[in-house]
Amino acid sequence: MKCNVDLTYAMIPKELKELLARQIAGIEHPRELVVDVMFAVQDHYGYLSDEAVEEVAELLDMSPLEVEQLATFYTFIYREPVGKYVIHVCDSVICWMEGHESLLDHLSGKLGINLGETTSDGMFSLLPVCCIGYCDRAPAILINKKVYGPLTIEKLNDILERLRAEA
Amino acid sequence: MMNYPQVLFKNRKPDRIATLEEYRQSGGYEGLGDALSKASHKDVQQVLLDAVLLGRGGAAFPAGRKLMTVADDAPHPRYIVCNADEMEPGTFKDRVLIHADPHMLIEGMIIAGYGAQAEKGIIFIRPEYESAARILEREIKIAKEAGYLGKNILGNGYSLDIVVHRSAGRYICGEVTAQLNALMGKRANPQQPPPYPTEKGLWERPTVLQNVETLACMPHILRNGPEWFKNLALTETGAGTKIFCASGKINSPGCYELPMGIRLSEIIEVHAGGMVEGSEYKACLPGGASTRFLPREFYDIEMDFDTLRNVGHRLGTGAIMVFDQKTCLVAATLNLVEFFARESCGWCTPCREGLPYIRDLLRRLEEGEGEEEYIPMLQQMSKHLWSSYCAFAPGAVSPVESLITYFEDEVREHISQKKCPFK
Repeated sequence: MKCNVDLTYAMIPKELKELLARQIAGIEHPRELVVDVMFAVQDHYGYLSDEAVEEVAELLDMSPLEVEQLATFYTFIYREPVGKYVIHVCDSVICWMEGHESLLDHLSGKLGINLGETTSDGMFSLLPVCCIGYCDRAPAILINKKVYGPLTIEKLNDILERLRAEA
Repeated sequence: MMNYPQVLFKNRKPDRIATLEEYRQSGGYEGLGDALSKASHKDVQQVLLDAVLLGRGGAAFPAGRKLMTVADDAPHPRYIVCNADEMEPGTFKDRVLIHADPHMLIEGMIIAGYGAQAEKGIIFIRPEYESAARILEREIKIAKEAGYLGKNILGNGYSLDIVVHRSAGRYICGEVTAQLNALMGKRANPQQPPPYPTEKGLWERPTVLQNVETLACMPHILRNGPEWFKNLALTETGAGTKIFCASGKINSPGCYELPMGIRLSEIIEVHAGGMVEGSEYKACLPGGASTRFLPREFYDIEMDFDTLRNVGHRLGTGAIMVFDQKTCLVAATLNLVEFFARESCGWCTPCREGLPYIRDLLRRLEEGEGEEEYIPMLQQMSKHLWSSYCAFAPGAVSPVESLITYFEDEVREHISQKKCPFK
Protein backbone atom coordinates (compact mmCIF):
# COMPACT_ATOMS: atom_id res chain seq x y z
CA MET A 1 0.00 0.00 0.00
CA LYS A 2 1.23 3.48 -0.84
CA CYS A 3 1.85 5.94 1.93
CA ASN A 4 1.22 9.60 1.18
CA VAL A 5 2.00 11.02 4.59
CA ASP A 6 3.84 14.32 4.50
CA LEU A 7 6.75 13.95 6.89
CA THR A 8 8.09 17.49 6.71
CA TYR A 9 5.67 19.09 9.18
CA ALA A 10 5.70 16.31 11.75
CA MET A 11 5.20 17.44 15.34
CA ILE A 12 6.24 14.05 16.58
CA PRO A 13 9.82 12.99 15.87
CA LYS A 14 10.42 12.15 12.27
CA GLU A 15 11.77 8.68 13.15
CA LEU A 16 8.62 7.74 15.04
CA LYS A 17 6.39 9.05 12.33
CA GLU A 18 8.35 7.17 9.69
CA LEU A 19 8.21 4.00 11.73
CA LEU A 20 4.45 4.28 12.11
CA ALA A 21 4.00 5.14 8.46
CA ARG A 22 5.99 2.05 7.52
CA GLN A 23 3.91 -0.19 9.79
CA ILE A 24 0.74 1.29 8.35
CA ALA A 25 1.91 0.81 4.79
CA GLY A 26 2.73 -2.81 5.54
CA ILE A 27 -0.73 -4.04 6.36
CA GLU A 28 -3.87 -4.61 4.34
CA HIS A 29 -6.27 -2.68 6.58
CA PRO A 30 -4.43 0.26 8.20
CA ARG A 31 -7.32 1.08 10.53
CA GLU A 32 -6.64 -2.12 12.42
CA LEU A 33 -3.62 -0.25 13.79
CA VAL A 34 -5.42 2.79 15.12
CA VAL A 35 -5.12 1.76 18.78
CA ASP A 36 -1.42 0.96 18.37
CA VAL A 37 -0.81 4.31 16.70
CA MET A 38 -2.76 6.17 19.39
CA PHE A 39 -0.68 4.41 22.05
CA ALA A 40 2.59 5.22 20.28
CA VAL A 41 1.75 8.89 19.84
CA GLN A 42 0.39 9.08 23.39
CA ASP A 43 3.65 7.63 24.68
CA HIS A 44 5.46 10.46 22.96
CA TYR A 45 3.27 13.36 24.10
CA GLY A 46 2.33 11.83 27.46
CA TYR A 47 -1.31 12.09 26.46
CA LEU A 48 -3.30 12.36 23.27
CA SER A 49 -3.34 16.11 22.64
CA ASP A 50 -5.47 17.80 19.97
CA GLU A 51 -2.41 17.86 17.75
CA ALA A 52 -1.83 14.19 18.40
CA VAL A 53 -5.38 13.34 17.39
CA GLU A 54 -4.77 15.11 14.11
CA GLU A 55 -1.45 13.36 13.60
CA VAL A 56 -3.05 9.96 14.16
CA ALA A 57 -5.87 10.85 11.79
CA GLU A 58 -3.45 11.95 9.11
CA LEU A 59 -1.32 8.84 9.44
CA LEU A 60 -4.33 6.54 9.06
CA ASP A 61 -6.25 8.58 6.52
CA MET A 62 -9.10 9.03 8.99
CA SER A 63 -10.85 12.22 9.99
CA PRO A 64 -9.84 13.74 13.35
CA LEU A 65 -13.44 13.19 14.45
CA GLU A 66 -13.16 9.45 13.82
CA VAL A 67 -10.04 9.31 15.96
CA GLU A 68 -11.64 11.50 18.64
CA GLN A 69 -14.56 9.08 18.79
CA LEU A 70 -12.13 6.32 19.71
CA ALA A 71 -9.84 8.39 21.90
CA THR A 72 -12.69 9.39 24.18
CA PHE A 73 -14.09 5.86 24.20
CA TYR A 74 -11.13 3.90 25.51
CA THR A 75 -10.04 3.77 29.15
CA PHE A 76 -6.31 3.84 28.46
CA ILE A 77 -6.23 6.72 26.00
CA TYR A 78 -5.85 10.04 27.81
CA ARG A 79 -7.17 13.20 26.18
CA GLU A 80 -5.80 15.37 28.98
CA PRO A 81 -2.30 15.54 30.46
CA VAL A 82 -1.63 12.88 33.08
CA GLY A 83 1.08 12.44 35.67
CA LYS A 84 4.26 10.47 35.31
CA TYR A 85 2.52 7.65 37.14
CA VAL A 86 -1.09 6.91 36.28
CA ILE A 87 -2.76 5.04 39.12
CA HIS A 88 -5.86 3.10 38.13
CA VAL A 89 -7.84 2.00 41.16
CA CYS A 90 -10.06 -1.02 40.51
CA ASP A 91 -13.55 -0.35 41.84
CA SER A 92 -15.33 -3.50 40.69
CA VAL A 93 -17.17 -5.75 43.07
CA ILE A 94 -14.41 -7.97 44.51
CA CYS A 95 -12.01 -5.07 45.13
CA TRP A 96 -14.96 -3.11 46.53
CA MET A 97 -15.68 -5.92 48.96
CA GLU A 98 -12.02 -6.18 49.95
CA GLY A 99 -11.61 -2.53 50.86
CA HIS A 100 -11.30 -0.48 47.70
CA GLU A 101 -12.99 2.52 49.31
CA SER A 102 -10.55 2.90 52.19
CA LEU A 103 -7.68 2.41 49.76
CA LEU A 104 -9.02 5.15 47.51
CA ASP A 105 -9.68 7.50 50.43
CA HIS A 106 -6.13 6.98 51.61
CA LEU A 107 -4.64 7.56 48.16
CA SER A 108 -6.77 10.61 47.65
CA GLY A 109 -5.75 12.07 51.01
CA LYS A 110 -2.09 11.26 50.67
CA LEU A 111 -1.79 12.67 47.16
CA GLY A 112 -4.21 15.53 47.82
CA ILE A 113 -6.21 14.84 44.66
CA ASN A 114 -9.57 13.38 43.73
CA LEU A 115 -10.31 10.82 41.04
CA GLY A 116 -9.63 12.33 37.64
CA GLU A 117 -6.98 14.72 38.94
CA THR A 118 -3.19 15.00 38.78
CA THR A 119 -0.86 16.13 41.55
CA SER A 120 0.55 19.64 41.06
CA ASP A 121 4.09 18.28 40.70
CA GLY A 122 2.89 16.19 37.76
CA MET A 123 3.83 12.94 39.46
CA PHE A 124 0.56 11.08 40.00
CA SER A 125 -2.84 10.86 38.35
CA LEU A 126 -5.70 9.02 39.97
CA LEU A 127 -8.31 7.26 37.84
CA PRO A 128 -11.00 4.65 38.45
CA VAL A 129 -10.93 1.45 36.42
CA CYS A 130 -13.25 -1.51 35.95
CA CYS A 131 -12.28 -5.03 36.98
CA ILE A 132 -8.67 -5.51 35.89
CA GLY A 133 -8.75 -9.30 36.13
CA TYR A 134 -6.78 -9.60 39.35
CA CYS A 135 -9.63 -10.57 41.68
CA ASP A 136 -7.33 -13.17 43.23
CA ARG A 137 -5.16 -10.26 44.41
CA ALA A 138 -7.88 -7.88 45.60
CA PRO A 139 -7.80 -5.05 46.40
CA ALA A 140 -5.63 -4.31 43.39
CA ILE A 141 -4.50 -1.24 41.47
CA LEU A 142 -2.50 -0.56 38.34
CA ILE A 143 0.36 1.91 38.19
CA ASN A 144 1.35 2.56 34.59
CA LYS A 145 -0.44 -0.69 33.75
CA LYS A 146 1.59 -2.74 36.23
CA VAL A 147 -0.51 -4.53 38.81
CA TYR A 148 -0.10 -4.25 42.60
CA GLY A 149 -2.09 -6.38 45.05
CA PRO A 150 -3.38 -7.51 47.42
CA LEU A 151 -2.82 -4.08 48.91
CA THR A 152 -2.88 -2.72 52.42
CA ILE A 153 -2.42 0.92 53.40
CA GLU A 154 1.16 0.12 54.49
CA LYS A 155 2.06 -1.57 51.25
CA LEU A 156 0.55 1.30 49.31
CA ASN A 157 2.63 3.81 51.26
CA ASP A 158 5.78 1.83 50.51
CA ILE A 159 5.00 1.75 46.80
CA LEU A 160 4.34 5.49 46.62
CA GLU A 161 7.53 6.29 48.49
CA ARG A 162 9.55 4.03 46.23
CA LEU A 163 8.10 5.65 43.11
CA ARG A 164 8.80 9.14 44.47
CA ALA A 165 12.38 8.16 45.27
CA GLU A 166 12.91 6.69 41.81
CA ALA A 167 11.50 9.70 39.99
CA MET B 1 -8.82 -33.74 48.47
CA MET B 2 -9.93 -35.36 45.21
CA ASN B 3 -7.27 -35.03 42.56
CA TYR B 4 -9.04 -34.38 39.33
CA PRO B 5 -7.31 -34.65 35.95
CA GLN B 6 -5.54 -31.47 34.91
CA VAL B 7 -5.95 -30.93 31.19
CA LEU B 8 -5.63 -27.21 30.53
CA PHE B 9 -3.38 -26.65 33.55
CA LYS B 10 -1.26 -29.80 33.25
CA ASN B 11 1.88 -27.77 32.51
CA ARG B 12 1.06 -24.95 34.92
CA LYS B 13 4.02 -23.85 37.02
CA PRO B 14 4.16 -21.37 39.85
CA ASP B 15 6.67 -18.97 38.30
CA ARG B 16 6.94 -19.32 34.53
CA ILE B 17 5.23 -20.38 31.33
CA ALA B 18 5.62 -23.82 29.78
CA THR B 19 8.06 -23.77 26.88
CA LEU B 20 7.28 -25.15 23.44
CA GLU B 21 9.39 -28.20 24.27
CA GLU B 22 7.52 -28.85 27.51
CA TYR B 23 4.23 -28.43 25.74
CA ARG B 24 5.27 -30.90 23.04
CA GLN B 25 6.44 -33.44 25.61
CA SER B 26 2.99 -33.37 27.15
CA GLY B 27 1.41 -34.23 23.78
CA GLY B 28 1.19 -30.70 22.44
CA TYR B 29 0.72 -30.18 18.69
CA GLU B 30 -0.07 -33.92 18.25
CA GLY B 31 -3.77 -33.16 17.83
CA LEU B 32 -2.96 -30.56 15.22
CA GLY B 33 -0.63 -32.90 13.34
CA ASP B 34 -3.29 -35.61 13.22
CA ALA B 35 -6.01 -33.19 12.22
CA LEU B 36 -4.03 -31.69 9.37
CA SER B 37 -2.73 -34.98 7.99
CA LYS B 38 -5.73 -37.25 8.49
CA ALA B 39 -8.89 -35.18 8.90
CA SER B 40 -10.80 -32.75 6.74
CA HIS B 41 -11.87 -29.42 8.20
CA LYS B 42 -15.40 -30.85 8.29
CA ASP B 43 -14.17 -33.73 10.45
CA VAL B 44 -12.68 -31.21 12.86
CA GLN B 45 -16.00 -29.37 13.09
CA GLN B 46 -17.80 -32.66 13.76
CA VAL B 47 -15.37 -33.82 16.45
CA LEU B 48 -15.77 -30.51 18.31
CA LEU B 49 -19.54 -30.77 18.01
CA ASP B 50 -19.56 -34.38 19.22
CA ALA B 51 -17.42 -33.37 22.19
CA VAL B 52 -20.15 -30.89 23.22
CA LEU B 53 -17.54 -28.18 23.59
CA LEU B 54 -19.57 -25.14 24.64
CA GLY B 55 -18.15 -21.61 24.54
CA ARG B 56 -16.35 -20.80 27.78
CA GLY B 57 -16.60 -17.01 27.38
CA GLY B 58 -20.08 -16.97 28.89
CA ALA B 59 -22.52 -17.66 26.06
CA ALA B 60 -22.06 -21.47 25.95
CA PHE B 61 -22.57 -21.65 22.18
CA PRO B 62 -21.38 -25.00 20.71
CA ALA B 63 -17.94 -24.36 19.21
CA GLY B 64 -18.34 -27.01 16.51
CA ARG B 65 -21.69 -25.56 15.45
CA LYS B 66 -20.15 -22.10 15.13
CA LEU B 67 -17.50 -23.42 12.73
CA MET B 68 -20.20 -25.19 10.73
CA THR B 69 -22.02 -21.92 10.11
CA VAL B 70 -19.18 -20.79 7.84
CA ALA B 71 -20.58 -21.67 4.42
CA ASP B 72 -18.53 -23.91 2.12
CA ASP B 73 -18.49 -21.31 -0.61
CA ALA B 74 -17.91 -18.34 1.72
CA PRO B 75 -15.22 -15.95 0.49
CA HIS B 76 -11.62 -15.69 1.64
CA PRO B 77 -9.64 -14.52 3.50
CA ARG B 78 -11.45 -15.83 6.54
CA TYR B 79 -10.60 -14.90 10.11
CA ILE B 80 -10.24 -16.77 13.36
CA VAL B 81 -10.34 -14.34 16.29
CA CYS B 82 -9.39 -15.27 19.82
CA ASN B 83 -11.25 -13.22 22.38
CA ALA B 84 -8.72 -12.54 25.16
CA ASP B 85 -10.47 -9.35 26.22
CA GLU B 86 -11.67 -10.98 29.46
CA MET B 87 -13.27 -8.06 31.26
CA GLU B 88 -16.15 -9.80 33.00
CA PRO B 89 -15.75 -8.85 36.67
CA GLY B 90 -14.46 -11.79 38.67
CA THR B 91 -12.92 -13.48 35.64
CA PHE B 92 -9.18 -13.99 35.25
CA LYS B 93 -8.88 -17.50 33.81
CA ASP B 94 -7.64 -16.43 30.38
CA ARG B 95 -4.79 -14.48 31.96
CA VAL B 96 -3.76 -17.50 34.02
CA LEU B 97 -4.08 -19.85 31.05
CA ILE B 98 -1.92 -17.73 28.77
CA HIS B 99 0.69 -17.38 31.51
CA ALA B 100 0.65 -21.15 32.05
CA ASP B 101 0.73 -22.64 28.57
CA PRO B 102 0.53 -20.22 25.64
CA HIS B 103 1.11 -22.90 22.99
CA MET B 104 -2.11 -24.61 24.02
CA LEU B 105 -3.99 -21.50 22.92
CA ILE B 106 -1.91 -21.17 19.76
CA GLU B 107 -2.56 -24.81 18.81
CA GLY B 108 -6.27 -24.35 19.58
CA MET B 109 -6.38 -21.35 17.29
CA ILE B 110 -4.73 -23.25 14.46
CA ILE B 111 -7.23 -26.09 14.88
CA ALA B 112 -10.19 -23.71 14.93
CA GLY B 113 -8.68 -21.81 12.01
CA TYR B 114 -8.38 -25.04 10.06
CA GLY B 115 -12.00 -25.87 10.95
CA ALA B 116 -13.07 -22.55 9.45
CA GLN B 117 -10.48 -22.67 6.66
CA ALA B 118 -9.24 -19.30 7.90
CA GLU B 119 -6.00 -17.71 6.75
CA LYS B 120 -5.78 -14.97 9.35
CA GLY B 121 -5.72 -15.26 13.10
CA ILE B 122 -6.05 -12.37 15.54
CA ILE B 123 -5.78 -12.43 19.32
CA PHE B 124 -7.73 -9.49 20.76
CA ILE B 125 -6.31 -8.70 24.19
CA ARG B 126 -7.08 -6.14 26.88
CA PRO B 127 -4.40 -3.57 27.82
CA GLU B 128 -4.22 -4.76 31.44
CA TYR B 129 -2.78 -8.03 30.09
CA GLU B 130 0.28 -6.51 28.44
CA SER B 131 2.55 -9.25 29.82
CA ALA B 132 0.29 -11.89 28.28
CA ALA B 133 0.37 -10.01 24.97
CA ARG B 134 4.17 -10.05 24.99
CA ILE B 135 4.30 -13.74 25.88
CA LEU B 136 1.97 -14.51 22.99
CA GLU B 137 3.96 -12.46 20.49
CA ARG B 138 7.15 -14.23 21.48
CA GLU B 139 5.62 -17.72 21.45
CA ILE B 140 3.83 -17.13 18.13
CA LYS B 141 7.22 -16.43 16.63
CA ILE B 142 8.63 -19.59 18.18
CA ALA B 143 5.66 -21.60 16.87
CA LYS B 144 6.22 -20.18 13.42
CA GLU B 145 9.90 -21.11 13.46
CA ALA B 146 8.87 -24.63 14.43
CA GLY B 147 6.56 -24.88 11.42
CA TYR B 148 3.24 -24.67 13.26
CA LEU B 149 2.29 -21.31 11.79
CA GLY B 150 2.83 -19.54 8.48
CA LYS B 151 2.67 -21.13 5.06
CA ASN B 152 2.00 -24.84 4.58
CA ILE B 153 1.79 -25.84 8.24
CA LEU B 154 3.61 -29.13 8.94
CA GLY B 155 3.73 -29.70 5.20
CA ASN B 156 0.00 -30.32 4.95
CA GLY B 157 -0.98 -27.38 2.77
CA TYR B 158 -2.90 -25.36 5.35
CA SER B 159 -1.61 -21.81 6.11
CA LEU B 160 -2.36 -19.47 8.99
CA ASP B 161 -0.74 -16.43 10.55
CA ILE B 162 -1.61 -15.04 13.96
CA VAL B 163 -1.15 -11.47 15.20
CA VAL B 164 -1.79 -9.96 18.62
CA HIS B 165 -4.16 -6.99 18.65
CA ARG B 166 -4.00 -4.74 21.69
CA SER B 167 -7.16 -3.03 22.83
CA ALA B 168 -7.22 0.22 24.80
CA GLY B 169 -9.79 -1.10 27.25
CA ARG B 170 -13.58 -1.19 27.28
CA TYR B 171 -15.80 -3.99 28.58
CA ILE B 172 -18.11 -3.91 25.56
CA CYS B 173 -15.19 -4.96 23.33
CA GLY B 174 -15.75 -8.48 24.65
CA GLU B 175 -19.05 -8.64 22.79
CA VAL B 176 -18.53 -10.36 19.44
CA THR B 177 -19.80 -7.73 17.04
CA ALA B 178 -18.38 -4.89 19.13
CA GLN B 179 -15.00 -6.59 19.07
CA LEU B 180 -15.10 -6.82 15.29
CA ASN B 181 -15.88 -3.11 15.06
CA ALA B 182 -13.01 -2.37 17.46
CA LEU B 183 -10.67 -4.44 15.29
CA MET B 184 -11.70 -2.44 12.25
CA GLY B 185 -10.83 0.81 14.01
CA LYS B 186 -14.43 1.80 14.64
CA ARG B 187 -16.12 2.69 17.89
CA ALA B 188 -16.96 -0.63 19.53
CA ASN B 189 -20.73 -0.53 19.30
CA PRO B 190 -22.40 -3.91 18.91
CA GLN B 191 -24.21 -4.72 15.70
CA GLN B 192 -27.37 -6.72 15.62
CA PRO B 193 -27.18 -9.75 13.33
CA PRO B 194 -27.91 -10.74 10.62
CA PRO B 195 -25.51 -10.86 8.97
CA TYR B 196 -23.75 -13.11 11.48
CA PRO B 197 -20.00 -12.67 11.85
CA THR B 198 -19.45 -16.18 10.46
CA GLU B 199 -21.05 -14.90 7.26
CA LYS B 200 -19.86 -11.30 7.16
CA GLY B 201 -17.51 -10.37 9.98
CA LEU B 202 -14.18 -8.57 9.78
CA TRP B 203 -13.91 -6.57 6.57
CA GLU B 204 -17.07 -8.34 5.37
CA ARG B 205 -15.34 -11.72 5.53
CA PRO B 206 -16.38 -14.84 7.48
CA THR B 207 -15.05 -14.54 11.03
CA VAL B 208 -15.15 -17.07 13.84
CA LEU B 209 -14.59 -15.71 17.32
CA GLN B 210 -13.81 -18.00 20.26
CA ASN B 211 -12.81 -17.52 23.87
CA VAL B 212 -9.29 -18.41 25.09
CA GLU B 213 -10.43 -21.33 27.24
CA THR B 214 -12.64 -22.75 24.48
CA LEU B 215 -9.72 -22.73 22.05
CA ALA B 216 -7.40 -24.28 24.66
CA CYS B 217 -9.76 -27.27 24.95
CA MET B 218 -9.51 -28.07 21.23
CA PRO B 219 -6.05 -29.69 21.04
CA HIS B 220 -7.07 -32.16 23.76
CA ILE B 221 -10.32 -33.05 22.05
CA LEU B 222 -8.54 -33.68 18.76
CA ARG B 223 -5.92 -35.83 20.45
CA ASN B 224 -8.11 -37.83 22.82
CA GLY B 225 -11.50 -37.85 21.15
CA PRO B 226 -14.93 -36.48 21.99
CA GLU B 227 -15.93 -39.35 24.30
CA TRP B 228 -12.87 -38.79 26.48
CA PHE B 229 -13.72 -35.09 26.70
CA LYS B 230 -17.32 -35.72 27.65
CA ASN B 231 -16.26 -38.22 30.30
CA LEU B 232 -14.13 -35.62 32.04
CA ALA B 233 -17.35 -34.09 33.35
CA LEU B 234 -19.04 -35.42 36.46
CA THR B 235 -22.53 -34.94 35.06
CA GLU B 236 -24.32 -36.51 32.10
CA THR B 237 -25.05 -33.09 30.63
CA GLY B 238 -21.59 -31.60 31.11
CA ALA B 239 -18.46 -32.07 29.02
CA GLY B 240 -14.82 -31.37 29.74
CA THR B 241 -13.16 -29.53 32.56
CA LYS B 242 -13.83 -25.94 33.54
CA ILE B 243 -11.51 -23.33 34.90
CA PHE B 244 -13.31 -21.79 37.84
CA CYS B 245 -11.98 -18.45 39.09
CA ALA B 246 -12.90 -18.20 42.73
CA SER B 247 -12.79 -14.89 44.58
CA GLY B 248 -14.45 -13.03 47.43
CA LYS B 249 -14.88 -14.30 50.97
CA ILE B 250 -12.90 -17.50 50.57
CA ASN B 251 -9.47 -18.43 51.89
CA SER B 252 -7.74 -19.26 48.62
CA PRO B 253 -8.87 -17.11 45.73
CA GLY B 254 -7.52 -18.36 42.42
CA CYS B 255 -8.09 -20.42 39.29
CA TYR B 256 -8.98 -24.08 39.67
CA GLU B 257 -9.37 -26.54 36.83
CA LEU B 258 -12.12 -28.93 37.89
CA PRO B 259 -14.52 -31.28 36.14
CA MET B 260 -17.61 -29.70 34.67
CA GLY B 261 -20.53 -30.55 36.94
CA ILE B 262 -18.57 -30.41 40.21
CA ARG B 263 -20.67 -29.22 43.12
CA LEU B 264 -20.41 -25.56 44.12
CA SER B 265 -19.96 -26.58 47.77
CA GLU B 266 -16.94 -28.71 46.87
CA ILE B 267 -15.32 -25.89 44.89
CA ILE B 268 -15.67 -23.53 47.82
CA GLU B 269 -14.90 -25.85 50.72
CA VAL B 270 -12.29 -28.17 49.24
CA HIS B 271 -10.54 -26.31 46.44
CA ALA B 272 -10.86 -22.65 47.32
CA GLY B 273 -9.90 -23.20 50.95
CA GLY B 274 -13.34 -22.69 52.48
CA MET B 275 -14.99 -19.50 53.69
CA VAL B 276 -12.78 -17.03 55.55
CA GLU B 277 -13.06 -17.18 59.31
CA GLY B 278 -16.27 -15.66 60.62
CA SER B 279 -17.90 -15.72 57.20
CA GLU B 280 -20.83 -17.86 56.12
CA TYR B 281 -21.91 -18.41 52.55
CA LYS B 282 -24.77 -16.11 51.65
CA ALA B 283 -24.70 -16.10 47.85
CA CYS B 284 -22.37 -16.14 44.90
CA LEU B 285 -22.38 -14.90 41.36
CA PRO B 286 -21.50 -18.16 39.60
CA GLY B 287 -20.11 -16.81 36.36
CA GLY B 288 -19.20 -13.16 36.46
CA ALA B 289 -21.15 -9.95 37.01
CA SER B 290 -23.67 -10.79 34.29
CA THR B 291 -25.09 -13.82 36.10
CA ARG B 292 -27.72 -14.16 38.81
CA PHE B 293 -27.04 -14.39 42.55
CA LEU B 294 -27.05 -18.04 43.57
CA PRO B 295 -28.39 -18.18 47.15
CA ARG B 296 -27.81 -20.79 49.86
CA GLU B 297 -30.51 -23.16 48.55
CA PHE B 298 -28.26 -23.87 45.52
CA TYR B 299 -25.09 -24.35 47.54
CA ASP B 300 -24.76 -27.99 46.43
CA ILE B 301 -25.65 -27.42 42.80
CA GLU B 302 -23.70 -29.20 40.08
CA MET B 303 -21.84 -26.56 38.15
CA ASP B 304 -22.48 -27.13 34.48
CA PHE B 305 -24.27 -25.14 31.82
CA ASP B 306 -27.44 -27.28 31.69
CA THR B 307 -27.94 -27.78 35.41
CA LEU B 308 -27.76 -24.06 36.07
CA ARG B 309 -29.95 -23.24 33.10
CA ASN B 310 -32.60 -25.68 34.37
CA VAL B 311 -32.97 -23.67 37.58
CA GLY B 312 -33.04 -20.33 35.76
CA HIS B 313 -29.37 -19.48 36.19
CA ARG B 314 -26.28 -19.24 34.00
CA LEU B 315 -22.77 -20.63 34.42
CA GLY B 316 -21.36 -17.67 32.47
CA THR B 317 -17.57 -17.64 32.60
CA GLY B 318 -17.38 -19.80 35.73
CA ALA B 319 -16.06 -16.88 37.78
CA ILE B 320 -17.43 -17.59 41.24
CA MET B 321 -17.62 -14.49 43.41
CA VAL B 322 -18.56 -15.41 46.96
CA PHE B 323 -20.49 -13.10 49.29
CA ASP B 324 -20.91 -13.67 53.00
CA GLN B 325 -23.64 -12.86 55.53
CA LYS B 326 -21.91 -9.58 56.48
CA THR B 327 -21.98 -8.20 52.95
CA CYS B 328 -24.94 -6.05 51.91
CA LEU B 329 -26.21 -7.35 48.59
CA VAL B 330 -27.99 -4.08 47.80
CA ALA B 331 -24.62 -2.34 48.01
CA ALA B 332 -22.96 -5.13 46.01
CA THR B 333 -25.62 -4.88 43.32
CA LEU B 334 -25.22 -1.10 43.27
CA ASN B 335 -21.50 -1.61 42.65
CA LEU B 336 -22.23 -4.04 39.82
CA VAL B 337 -24.72 -1.66 38.21
CA GLU B 338 -22.24 1.23 38.55
CA PHE B 339 -19.85 -0.91 36.53
CA PHE B 340 -22.41 -1.62 33.82
CA ALA B 341 -23.67 1.96 33.66
CA ARG B 342 -20.12 3.20 33.15
CA GLU B 343 -19.22 0.55 30.60
CA SER B 344 -22.42 0.75 28.52
CA CYS B 345 -21.42 1.86 25.03
CA GLY B 346 -24.48 4.11 24.98
CA TRP B 347 -25.60 3.03 21.56
CA CYS B 348 -29.13 1.91 22.37
CA THR B 349 -31.64 3.64 24.60
CA PRO B 350 -32.71 0.93 27.10
CA CYS B 351 -29.12 0.30 28.17
CA ARG B 352 -27.93 3.92 28.06
CA GLU B 353 -30.91 5.34 29.97
CA GLY B 354 -32.07 2.33 31.95
CA LEU B 355 -28.87 1.52 33.79
CA PRO B 356 -28.38 4.99 35.34
CA TYR B 357 -32.06 4.87 36.36
CA ILE B 358 -31.56 1.52 38.11
CA ARG B 359 -28.34 2.79 39.67
CA ASP B 360 -30.16 5.80 41.05
CA LEU B 361 -32.91 3.66 42.63
CA LEU B 362 -30.36 1.30 44.18
CA ARG B 363 -28.29 4.20 45.49
CA ARG B 364 -31.32 5.71 47.19
CA LEU B 365 -32.21 2.33 48.70
CA GLU B 366 -28.68 1.88 49.99
CA GLU B 367 -28.68 5.38 51.47
CA GLY B 368 -31.94 4.76 53.32
CA GLU B 369 -34.05 6.91 51.04
CA GLY B 370 -35.89 4.04 49.39
CA GLU B 371 -39.65 3.69 48.95
CA GLU B 372 -41.83 0.57 48.63
CA GLU B 373 -42.61 1.43 45.01
CA TYR B 374 -38.92 1.20 44.07
CA ILE B 375 -39.11 -2.59 44.07
CA PRO B 376 -41.69 -2.87 41.24
CA MET B 377 -39.90 0.02 39.50
CA LEU B 378 -36.63 -1.93 39.56
CA GLN B 379 -38.42 -5.00 38.23
CA GLN B 380 -40.11 -3.11 35.45
CA MET B 381 -37.01 -1.27 34.30
CA SER B 382 -35.00 -4.50 34.40
CA LYS B 383 -37.57 -6.04 32.07
CA HIS B 384 -37.19 -3.12 29.65
CA LEU B 385 -33.47 -3.73 29.46
CA TRP B 386 -34.08 -7.09 27.86
CA SER B 387 -35.15 -5.25 24.71
CA SER B 388 -31.73 -3.70 24.21
CA TYR B 389 -29.47 -4.28 21.23
CA CYS B 390 -26.98 -6.83 22.60
CA ALA B 391 -26.52 -9.18 25.57
CA PHE B 392 -24.84 -6.50 27.71
CA ALA B 393 -28.03 -5.08 29.28
CA PRO B 394 -29.78 -8.41 30.05
CA GLY B 395 -26.53 -9.43 31.74
CA ALA B 396 -26.36 -6.15 33.63
CA VAL B 397 -29.80 -6.64 35.18
CA SER B 398 -29.20 -10.26 36.16
CA PRO B 399 -27.87 -9.30 39.61
CA VAL B 400 -30.72 -6.79 40.05
CA GLU B 401 -33.47 -9.25 39.15
CA SER B 402 -32.03 -12.01 41.31
CA LEU B 403 -31.52 -9.59 44.21
CA ILE B 404 -35.27 -9.05 44.27
CA THR B 405 -36.09 -12.72 43.65
CA TYR B 406 -33.97 -14.07 46.48
CA PHE B 407 -33.23 -11.16 48.78
CA GLU B 408 -36.36 -9.02 48.69
CA ASP B 409 -36.47 -9.07 52.49
CA GLU B 410 -33.01 -7.51 52.60
CA VAL B 411 -34.11 -4.80 50.17
CA ARG B 412 -37.22 -4.15 52.29
CA GLU B 413 -35.15 -3.82 55.45
CA HIS B 414 -33.35 -0.92 53.78
CA ILE B 415 -36.74 0.74 53.29
CA SER B 416 -38.27 0.00 56.70
CA GLN B 417 -35.13 0.89 58.69
CA LYS B 418 -34.43 3.92 56.48
CA LYS B 419 -30.79 2.87 56.35
CA CYS B 420 -28.54 0.06 55.23
CA PRO B 421 -28.94 -2.65 57.91
CA PHE B 422 -25.30 -3.63 57.42
CA LYS B 423 -23.93 -0.27 58.44
